[in-house]
Amino acid sequence: MRNVILFIRRYSTFISFLVLQFIALSFLFRYNKYHRVTFLGMANEITGRFNTQYDKIDDYFHLREENARVHKMNDSLLNLLRSDFIIPDTSKILVRDTISYDTTGRIRKYYWREAKVVANSTVNEKNYIQISRGANQGIKDNMPVVSSEGSPVGIVANVSANFSQVMSLLHVQRTTSVMMKKSRNTGRLEWDGKNPHFLTLRRIPKSDSVAIGDTVLTSNFQQVNFPPGLIVGTVQEISTEKSTGDYILKIKPAVNFQNIQQVFVIENLFYDEQTRLDKDTRKKVEESDKKNN
Amino acid sequence: MSDLFRNIIRFALFIGIQVYVLDNIPPLNRFIIPIIYYLFILWLPFSVSRFWLLIAGFITGLTIDYFVMTPGLHAAACVLIAYVRPFLINILTPKDTADFNYREPSAKAMGWAPYGVYVLVLTLLHNGYLVFLEWLQFGSFIDFLVKVLSTSAISLLLIFTAEIIFPRKMKFRTNVA
Repeated sequence: MRNVILFIRRYSTFISFLVLQFIALSFLFRYNKYHRVTFLGMANEITGRFNTQYDKIDDYFHLREENARVHKMNDSLLNLLRSDFIIPDTSKILVRDTISYDTTGRIRKYYWREAKVVANSTVNEKNYIQISRGANQGIKDNMPVVSSEGSPVGIVANVSANFSQVMSLLHVQRTTSVMMKKSRNTGRLEWDGKNPHFLTLRRIPKSDSVAIGDTVLTSNFQQVNFPPGLIVGTVQEISTEKSTGDYILKIKPAVNFQNIQQVFVIENLFYDEQTRLDKDTRKKVEESDKKNN
Repeated sequence: MSDLFRNIIRFALFIGIQVYVLDNIPPLNRFIIPIIYYLFILWLPFSVSRFWLLIAGFITGLTIDYFVMTPGLHAAACVLIAYVRPFLINILTPKDTADFNYREPSAKAMGWAPYGVYVLVLTLLHNGYLVFLEWLQFGSFIDFLVKVLSTSAISLLLIFTAEIIFPRKMKFRTNVA
């Protein structure tokens, strides 16, 4: 017993070194598995406060671009107003009602909430964006985030009371299901951790005819995440994977990740129902498999 | 200004510069990531005990981590250099002079060559360990080597620039104080 105490006293620094290393590494590896870590919510609130202050100053440098973007967005929306359209009839001209939706039998599926980006990174291999909306403002995990032009930016990975962290598309562990606009073939969008100006699209079969400049949209299948049909980017370079014969496409994203200022967080109002159905189906199939065996 | 107060200000400055300036410049290249915040640990006074060095390292690293969303990564690297620091200082300084007369490690206190070695070794350790932990999860070996070397080179450049631009007032410690 005496020897043990002597040993501990002698090597106390080394032991505390080991303990701190262990704590740090367990933070690191636990985090990668579950996307969350001890105190992250609290730390998120604090870093969020600082980031908001910094962002207030940073905003002035982007006013011109932001203004142009908002103006363009307004322009495209004004062109969609019902009052812009007339339906010529054989006998007379009918002007449509200005109410742009009909009150019978339409159900809202997506709800868009605006949010402000307070911190952003593109230099790491795992990039996160911090936005100024959190659980108190109705944000939940796994909600998709799109830019002010409506192009995918990332998925909410963690939420604190007033801020949330978004896992950017520029994250080596993030994959998104997308489709080619022309052929509707779906593939998998990834990032190789190298150049923030380009993403990689895999699994587009060789039978598809792809040309440089083709548009890539979010796919119809991944309805729990991004709404279908959002513009992801355009094809910049085409090459083929030798082992499978599929295309590897270099995609230029529609979003400039380096200067995102305003984003929308999209809530899928059927998210719970869709994921539950998915889970139940899997369970049911497994059970019937067991019975058959 | 007391040592504690001075170091608290330094801490805030280094974290601020790392998070809001260096991490925000558009990268020249994916291999070149300027890191300077760990200079805080290199500049801590000689008088800090080994245990408190470790704690200071851990807190510094963790603060950066929560800003960059990599909990534990920088903390692990900082604890490592905080642990190695006293050994290096013991090897590199003549026992009776520098350790006694000066407050904290600097070119003046240790001489340019030993101080250069001190900064170089700790930079390589910090960046090597940092990139190694990242590499465990992602990337190839060549990437790892190139990244360690280029990141260390840019960090060293920054550190020596800082050293020249902001000369620290190095007061002799007297027996009275």
